[in-house]
Amino acid sequence: MRFFPHTPDDIREMLEACGAATLDDLYSDVPESLRLRRAYDLPASLSEPEVREWFEATASKCSPLVCFAGAGAYDHYCPAVIDAITSRSEYLTAYTPYQPEISQGTLQYIFEYQSMMASLTGLDVCNASMYDGATATAEAMIMAVNAAKRKRRVLVSSTINPEVAQVIGTYARYQGIAVEMIPQKDGVTDRAELELMLGAGDVAGVIASTPNYYGILEDFTGWADLIHKAKALFIINSPALPLAVIKPQGEWGADIAVGDAQTLGMPLSYGGPYLGYMVAAKSLMRKLPGRIVGATTDEKGQHVFVLTLQAREQHIRREKATSNICSNQGLMTLRAGMYLSLMGADGLREVNRLSTDCAHELARRLEATGKMRLSHPAQPFLNEFKMTVADPLTTADILDALRREGILGGVAIDEREMIIACTETRTPAQMDKYVSTVKNL
Amino acid sequence: MNRSLYSKLIFEHSRSGRRGTDLPRRPWADAMLHLPAALMRGEAPALPEVDEPTVARHYTNQSTNNFGVDTGFYPLGSCTMKYNPKLSDSLAADPVISRLHPAQPASTVQGALEIYWTLQRALSEIGGMEEFTLNPFAGAHGELTGLMVIHAYHDSREDYSRTRVIVPDSAHGTNPASAHVAGYEVVEVKSLPDGTVDVDDLRSKLDATIAAVMMTNPNTVGMFEKNIPEIAEMVHAAGALLYYDGANLNPMLGVARPGDMGFDVMHINLHKTFSTPHGGGGPGAGPVGVRKGLEEFLPVPRVVKNSDGSFDVIDRCDSSLGRVSAWFGNYTVFIRALAYILSLGAEGVAKVGPLATLNANYVMNALKDLYLLPIPGPCKHEFVFDGLIDKSGGVTTLNVAKRLLDLGFHAPTIYFPLLFHESLMIEPTETESRETLDAFIAAMRQIAGEAAENPEFVKSAPHDTPVVHPDDTQAALTPKLTYKDLQDGI
Repeated sequence: MRFFPHTPDDIREMLEACGAATLDDLYSDVPESLRLRRAYDLPASLSEPEVREWFEATASKCSPLVCFAGAGAYDHYCPAVIDAITSRSEYLTAYTPYQPEISQGTLQYIFEYQSMMASLTGLDVCNASMYDGATATAEAMIMAVNAAKRKRRVLVSSTINPEVAQVIGTYARYQGIAVEMIPQKDGVTDRAELELMLGAGDVAGVIASTPNYYGILEDFTGWADLIHKAKALFIINSPALPLAVIKPQGEWGADIAVGDAQTLGMPLSYGGPYLGYMVAAKSLMRKLPGRIVGATTDEKGQHVFVLTLQAREQHIRREKATSNICSNQGLMTLRAGMYLSLMGADGLREVNRLSTDCAHELARRLEATGKMRLSHPAQPFLNEFKMTVADPLTTADILDALRREGILGGVAIDEREMIIACTETRTPAQMDKYVSTVKNL
Repeated sequence: MNRSLYSKLIFEHSRSGRRGTDLPRRPWADAMLHLPAALMRGEAPALPEVDEPTVARHYTNQSTNNFGVDTGFYPLGSCTMKYNPKLSDSLAADPVISRLHPAQPASTVQGALEIYWTLQRALSEIGGMEEFTLNPFAGAHGELTGLMVIHAYHDSREDYSRTRVIVPDSAHGTNPASAHVAGYEVVEVKSLPDGTVDVDDLRSKLDATIAAVMMTNPNTVGMFEKNIPEIAEMVHAAGALLYYDGANLNPMLGVARPGDMGFDVMHINLHKTFSTPHGGGGPGAGPVGVRKGLEEFLPVPRVVKNSDGSFDVIDRCDSSLGRVSAWFGNYTVFIRALAYILSLGAEGVAKVGPLATLNANYVMNALKDLYLLPIPGPCKHEFVFDGLIDKSGGVTTLNVAKRLLDLGFHAPTIYFPLLFHESLMIEPTETESRETLDAFIAAMRQIAGEAAENPEFVKSAPHDTPVVHPDDTQAALTPKLTYKDLQDGI
């Protein structure tokens, strides 16, 4: 077996050094009734070419489609240099940087990522990653409840991604937190309802998103004042990439920025690994979950980096920790940091513009087919939008027809409504095919 | 490497007007012009402006300040830092899989679902469980998910009195933290001098308020909890469920299965036992397995095999605990773990445990005359020294760990478990050769010698690392957490 260096002689001599005759002797403390005295019901070992053959044959049972779907995961291009650097084993095969003397590589890229995300969100303190945008939002909810002591209500906009809402709901249920959904009006959160719900008191936090699940940019003007007057925290969930062009969480007066940063250099990869981000106002620094890297100096006077503020974490505080998170998505912050560096502010603006232009052009041309129309024509959107299908067609009719043409046409919300997303990787030819397929229905 | 050139932050390489990427040209009209200014960003984010060669060189040079499993021996206890096969990396980057959107219909992703299902089945066989979900993102997330399964189970029986979870004092910090996040109060059970759980103490704490008992077996001092059949019986008689923290599963491969020990729910760290890379702190994966009768409580989405051999996704299930991830978890980690299992096969997987245990006992026996072994062996995959036997020179476990860095080794886990003051926890894993172990033993013996002859030299270690004695206190007292903080001189 190619991963085991032991020769039969090694095993014999090493056992001798341990005063044991057989490998079994080392397990004399395991009761015989518990021993697995049979072979595993697993296939026999395969050589490297055979394993590769199995995966290639299995992967070939999938059909990658031209992706016009979003709903939280977007088909942006990932520059090749990101894969090349991320596969370096100095980064890939390291553990959590608990020994800063030999972990400056990891520590520095996390520090750079924290710096970039703080600027992108307009807030102060970024942690070293959460699992995904959904769990990051759930952890932000827990922060809000912990900060508010006895208050147990959390208000969540019904325009948020439903998977994110479900994860929030799961975490809330077992913590005894009451999650209430804020109704929507014409595709955006109903502010009058929010005011009423806040007025009823006992609210620890308010969670909303922009662009929301329908791709619509929400207007949070005045929200921060309302929410802070109710002594609650304001949490905004946004996919990371649009933050380069839309008003970011910090500018809206939010206390915590969360979301998924898959859009910063991570391929779709059937759902993961992606990257949850969390950035908070400085006042919440010691309430943040997870790892945080800080700069300091060493004996030689060099700027160096260490894990810091560890008194918040599970390995120190156990059940009193701010979260149970330990391993996170560390390596993905390298991807995000590289993506943001390669793009710069101008490149990010251009990617957003190309994606937005594509979406607006597609929406216009799909409306012209008469088969579907924008569900909320008065609402501003970037690269994702919601369409209502004209009778008697259903979203399944549209998506099935597109799939036969090799296109993933979007994500159905129900029989009548669907969301469609564009990125800079969609071409005019792909759009033509999308539009003509719909037109011919 | 040349630190004077490349120790800069990426921001310090920035020059206005540089770009690291080119984007396609498209014929479409500028749609952003018409978006309401009040919703748009005022000031551009402060990001570096750098070209691609600068980015490549910056991150390549930074990587040389890092130590990974490919760099050298990494005996970090409870972290199972085994070799990560390169085939797995190559397969995880499969060009077909990397282009699959997670919302694609099941009919177009049959292969991806088959990979998920095949790994799920293999883990069920290895764990002795009925079914696994692969969705949890990490070990701690698996613990949380597993405790939610237990919560959903008790709720389904309308048994709402169970508000507490028992955790041994030797447990990983994530156990009590996960129990807390799952909404439970934590009750600690004591360890005996031999490191195993005090069964009498446990018995006295079991009552109708206990939802679950969390155990690690072998535990964090590397001892097998041999009373586990009796413990399982007690826990079940009290109406609670028994949870297996899979962080220490490695030595059990080929020897015994958690399901056969009486555990009801377990998680596995794919980034430990199944050789997927740790990535400097993730992404890992923490699949959760359950015994028969608990499958309905697993989180959605679930991947199932139909009677015609095709695969499907179940997105809704009323009895499920709910959703713990937006999609299917860290998918490409599953590819790596399955590639490892298929490479090893039934016979190879069964050798992992005994060889890991052999390596640990070999190192322990070669050092126990110089380092204090509070719990005599044989150990399983790891063992704990309580510092040097001869402490007269004042050399601590931290000093030993830092001196090891000079000698080319990663440090063991230190000051955990909390049962001893000077814990030094060593886990060699099965992928290390006898020569590597001998070199490590020689280094540890050298340090013990130095500690006796020239303790100040050990106390001032490390001497040869790129960074020496970073000031942790300054980092915590005046936190500088971004480049802006550094510029502002906060």
